[in-house]
Amino acid sequence: MKFIDKIKEKFFKKDEHSLSVRDERLIARNNRRAMKEFEKKKNRKNVPEEEYLSQMKDENNIVEFEGLKTYFFTDVGTVKAVDGVTFSIPKKSIVGVVGESGCGKSITSLSLMRLVQAPQGQIVDGSIRFAAKDGKVYDIAKMPVSEVYKIRGKEIAMIFQEPMTSLNPVFTIGQQLDEVYELHFNDKDKKKAKEHSLEMLNLVGMAMPENVYKCYPHELSGGMRQRVMIAMALACDPRLVIADEPTTALDVTIQAQILELLKNLKERIDGSIMLITHDLGVIAEMADYVVVMYAGRVIEQGTAEEIFLNPLHPYTVGLQKSKPVVNKKVDKLYNIPGNVPNPVNLPDYCYFRERCDKCVKKCAGKYPETVWVSPTHCVACYRYAERH
Amino acid sequence: MPRLNTDFIQMIKYVIKRLALSVLILLGVSLIIYALIRIQPGLDFVEKKYQAQLQQDSTGQVAELVKQIQATYGLDTNIFAGYLKWLSNILQGNFGDSFQLSVPTGEVTYIEIIGPDGNPILTPKYETTSNVVSIIFAKSGVSFIIALIATVLEFIIAIPLGIVSATKQYGVVDYTVTVLAMMGISLPSFFLGALLLKVFSVELGWFPYSGLTDPNSGLPVIIDQAWHLVLPILVLTMLSVGGLMRYTRTNMLEVMNSDYIRTARAKGLSEHSVIYKHAFRNTLIPLATLFAGILPSLFGGAMITEQVFSIDGIGKAAYTAVVNGDVPFVMAYCMFLSILTVIGTLLSDIMYAIVDPRVKLS
Ligand SMILES: Nc1ncnc2c1ncn2[C@@H]1O[C@H](COP(=O)(O)OP(=O)(O)OP(=O)(O)O)[C@@H](O)[C@H]1O
Ligand code: SF4
Ligand SMILES: [Mg+2]
Repeated sequence: MKFIDKIKEKFFKKDEHSLSVRDERLIARNNRRAMKEFEKKKNRKNVPEEEYLSQMKDENNIVEFEGLKTYFFTDVGTVKAVDGVTFSIPKKSIVGVVGESGCGKSITSLSLMRLVQAPQGQIVDGSIRFAAKDGKVYDIAKMPVSEVYKIRGKEIAMIFQEPMTSLNPVFTIGQQLDEVYELHFNDKDKKKAKEHSLEMLNLVGMAMPENVYKCYPHELSGGMRQRVMIAMALACDPRLVIADEPTTALDVTIQAQILELLKNLKERIDGSIMLITHDLGVIAEMADYVVVMYAGRVIEQGTAEEIFLNPLHPYTVGLQKSKPVVNKKVDKLYNIPGNVPNPVNLPDYCYFRERCDKCVKKCAGKYPETVWVSPTHCVACYRYAERH
Repeated sequence: MPRLNTDFIQMIKYVIKRLALSVLILLGVSLIIYALIRIQPGLDFVEKKYQAQLQQDSTGQVAELVKQIQATYGLDTNIFAGYLKWLSNILQGNFGDSFQLSVPTGEVTYIEIIGPDGNPILTPKYETTSNVVSIIFAKSGVSFIIALIATVLEFIIAIPLGIVSATKQYGVVDYTVTVLAMMGISLPSFFLGALLLKVFSVELGWFPYSGLTDPNSGLPVIIDQAWHLVLPILVLTMLSVGGLMRYTRTNMLEVMNSDYIRTARAKGLSEHSVIYKHAFRNTLIPLATLFAGILPSLFGGAMITEQVFSIDGIGKAAYTAVVNGDVPFVMAYCMFLSILTVIGTLLSDIMYAIVDPRVKLS
């Protein structure tokens, strides 16, 4: 999909995006320089801890993103996949992140894990504060890679979108689960590892854990693989689980089971979940807080009630209108007109302006500031600027 | 790994089926090769041999003789009839005699000749044979040793470098590997061979020019031979290493970008375990296809390189046989290669099933 977009950009919309050979060379040179600099910073050794220790703004949060910018240095220019994202994940809560495809949800979560595809993808600015088990607060965005292992997989676990391809095809489920135990409990005892893995499989509702333990991933169905992924996340005993569209690839009945499982998971680890999805139904069912993203930025956030009962941003309103509702007859599903803007050359005005049907005069100006309409509810839109 | 007994039985069944199929393949291949040698432009073996006499021949006697000899070699029939004759000989276990090559059988008979003093003297006579199978056996030994060492070196060098160059993409190693690989792929073997000869034999005098032994070297035989083999092995390794390096690099890059590698990293595994445990096993899967080509290249000799270094291996024998239109030997050599290829493909399929649990042989 992304490749096709690139081709289209290159060949069909020549007038808009065509780059001269000189531009291309310039981009390539700048990219190389930027990537080298960031990689060097990432791979430093013996960095004093003070450099990446930080303080939480609010003790009740487990994660605070502040002004996070993650860019990709590509041949057609710098893709601002995440461009100044600020939100937080309170302890013991489920935060839903919604938005259209390509708005930067996955990249935000991968930045938190420091798994953005290097060397093209780099966190260029901002901070990600994480309250770790040891009582310290780490700024993950500034940690050198060697230190990230303290957190990745141990305190934050991740469940991915594609259960079909997210498990290694040449190892059995057992081998892949045991590995987690061995790593995190620092225990090479095979028997204990197996015991622990079987317990995890049992917890995620596998009918015959012993059998599944011996299976290769291709011998399981999509739903079962996603259960294995959840078991794997559970085995780490993390404080935060990132679930990146955990149900998108599954059919509806399995979806409900997996969501139920995630809720149980949250109870068990007594931690938080960052739930990424573009399905508002899932959000309504699961989330305590909702973050709405658009073109790499947060445009509205609030508690689930606030977002569902009182959506403010025209985009959020559009999203809700485009969601099918049971028991309500509609002729045609609503569809937000237009497309997400090209993330290479983002303009300095509201990114939603071309698609917005509620424009006001001020919208011609710069990108709107974030306005707090309640202690938990904020929105980036000029329609609410004057009132507060 | 075939885990269950049923898997193993399946595998045996599969192998039998494949072997039966290969007989058909070999038949087709042999027909094509036979036809190709026979339609080779120019004079055939007998005509070449008697070329000088034929030109001076005014009576037509030599032409008559040539016809007769052609008939004994089976070169007078049309292609299809000739092929059938060859096939029926093969089926009777008679692989034929080379027109021009012969090797000592190792047997010695003593014959009496009358010496100058009128007394009989026993003189040893070394028996030779032109049987193509014997020739192939006799000549492939040295080729095998060269190829084996070159192949082992190739894998030892190429796979680690390919992996490093993929994991440190755009690094110094990566660029060096890419440049060297391109050089290795694009240089022809005769050129590289000649270059090495010029530099290391002619100019520096470090290594011998040609052949396998040098009675004047004063070294123990085995060391002397090893000394002679250094340059040919170097050529073969340098030429093959580039391709394998690129192949490993490409596979490794693909694997490193896959979702399950991201999962492995997300688990908190160190980069070392991610690469050498999770990625490495998966890079091996496409490498299994290489097994198909290894067998023929191990035993089949290196035509050009052996020619350049005058090594009396099977590659050189095949080269002269092709040039001279030695039908029985070329046929036998090509069939030898075809059989090795068929077995190699089968082995690579079995390898596939071993390294990739998703593949079932059936
Ligand atoms: N490796 C990459 N190189 C260049 N650009 C990338 C890369 N990965 C992602 N992007 C860009 O980053 C942007 C955000 O991608 P992201 O995967 O976060 O979207 P998403 O919100 O998760 O979408 P989806 O719902 O489809 O998963 C996209 O515009 C994409 O083009
Ligand atoms: S700022 Fe203006 S253009 Fe943007 S969403 Fe609000 S009303 Fe629409
Ligand atoms: Mg995504």
